[in-house]
Amino acid sequence: MNINRPAYSNLVKDIKAGKFVLTGELEPEKVTSIDEVLESARAMKPYVIAANVTDNPLAYAYMNSLIPSWKIQEEVGLEAVYQMTIRDRNRLAIVSDVLAAQYLGIKNILAISGDHTVLGDNKGAQSVYDIDSAQFTYLLHKMIDEGVDLAGNEIHGKVEINVGIAGNPNADPLMPEVLKIGRKTKLGADFIQTQTMFDIEKTKTFLKEVEKYKCPVLIGIFPLKGYGIADFFDKYIPGVSVPPELMAAMKKAKDEPDKKKRHEKYDEVNIEFFGPFIDEIKKTTSAAGIHVMAVLYERIFDPLLEHF
Amino acid sequence: MIITKKKPMEEIDEMIKPFPKLFIVGCGTCSTSCMTGGEEQVQEMAERLGDRVIGTKVVEDPCDIRINKRDLRQYKKEIAEADAILVMSCGVGVQTIGDYANKVVLPASDTLFIGETERLGIFHDRCKACGECILDETGGICPITRCSKGLLNGPCGGQVNGKCEVGNYEEDCAWVQIYDRLKEQNRLDLFTIFRPPRDNSKKILMFHHKTR
Repeated sequence: MNINRPAYSNLVKDIKAGKFVLTGELEPEKVTSIDEVLESARAMKPYVIAANVTDNPLAYAYMNSLIPSWKIQEEVGLEAVYQMTIRDRNRLAIVSDVLAAQYLGIKNILAISGDHTVLGDNKGAQSVYDIDSAQFTYLLHKMIDEGVDLAGNEIHGKVEINVGIAGNPNADPLMPEVLKIGRKTKLGADFIQTQTMFDIEKTKTFLKEVEKYKCPVLIGIFPLKGYGIADFFDKYIPGVSVPPELMAAMKKAKDEPDKKKRHEKYDEVNIEFFGPFIDEIKKTTSAAGIHVMAVLYERIFDPLLEHF
Repeated sequence: MIITKKKPMEEIDEMIKPFPKLFIVGCGTCSTSCMTGGEEQVQEMAERLGDRVIGTKVVEDPCDIRINKRDLRQYKKEIAEADAILVMSCGVGVQTIGDYANKVVLPASDTLFIGETERLGIFHDRCKACGECILDETGGICPITRCSKGLLNGPCGGQVNGKCEVGNYEEDCAWVQIYDRLKEQNRLDLFTIFRPPRDNSKKILMFHHKTR
């Protein structure tokens, strides 16, 4: 990190204190209630320091992420990482939302590009991309550290938010991605959260490459709740392939007819795969923690994360 | 070159319905190269539409009002008699013909992009006419046009094996191309520089361009 910004959030405070941090993920969907999000937040709270709240993931038009981010802090006491894409906002809308986030007590923003609208559920929508995620990081720096917007207009009041950026260790070729991260860390990123990883070697390579930028990295993992999601991930999530042995184990678990036993088997498979994966990252790499994207699979938190 | 695509004939049939008499204008430049408005296509269209066509002319540059004046002078009578002019050119040609003739103008083509011609019938989108060229910094590859998100500081992270997330991973990621090109030229320092947000007002306010 090249900009010496105070730790405003508990997440960044823990990272700075040298703790191995865990973050979770919450996904408000096309709903008018956030009860399910709050329930998930309650379930994951004992295990994570903060939870990301996704912003129209895969360009699906869902409930905005700011309100649920605020509510999990207010009602559950779980710190939010408010995800914001530049796909749906120009620089005016970003400033508006960041000011509102500050008012609501949000302490972390993850500044991301967002999947293109043509991948989403409203394919005919116009993507915004007025600024890109590097320029968004720069805008946040201006607001937080200098008290102005991009045009230099003064902000009345302080913005005290830590900034996260995304990284994709699966990117192939990797170097353009690494150099991009380097470019962005200089603009004022407090932490990096990565895409879902299954491949420990790719994870290590990435961590080694970005180490020079001195920006803490949280490695993303996605425990697989069932065979369907594993299959979906393997087939449809760009650049992510589920290792064959993990797919085979998930398939085997799927054949268990008893629902309760099937769930137990799925859990066992995940614990067997991700337990050592997390151990390895914690013990042998410079990663600052793990970002656990166990959306609607909170029962895995306890057996998987209790010893971290 | 401005790349055009012929509209589906059903759409053209629907568009011309209210106009019993038509004059057809073709384009001797870009649309001739695109085979959407050259002599051959204008003749084909005239034959297809039959008696309602009371005259045709392929104008050298229908986007230039002076050339329209020159090339259409001898067709003044037919144009005056026509209920509408079907213009087989890009959108600029259609508008310029409208300005010249003060008539109903109908586009026979859809305008796609400012493109590079690879070979006959194969064109690639290359320039968005953004008004602030940075090709010197990006290895001669335009990220505004060729990155589907138009990022100035890419890649976005959505590339897989150097292919873009938009279009089923069939198109090259422009930022990977830029990386490769700059690496080849030993100019990777240009890849890592931060490009600040654009001043979009410059382009928005660029209604006209006058050199004198």
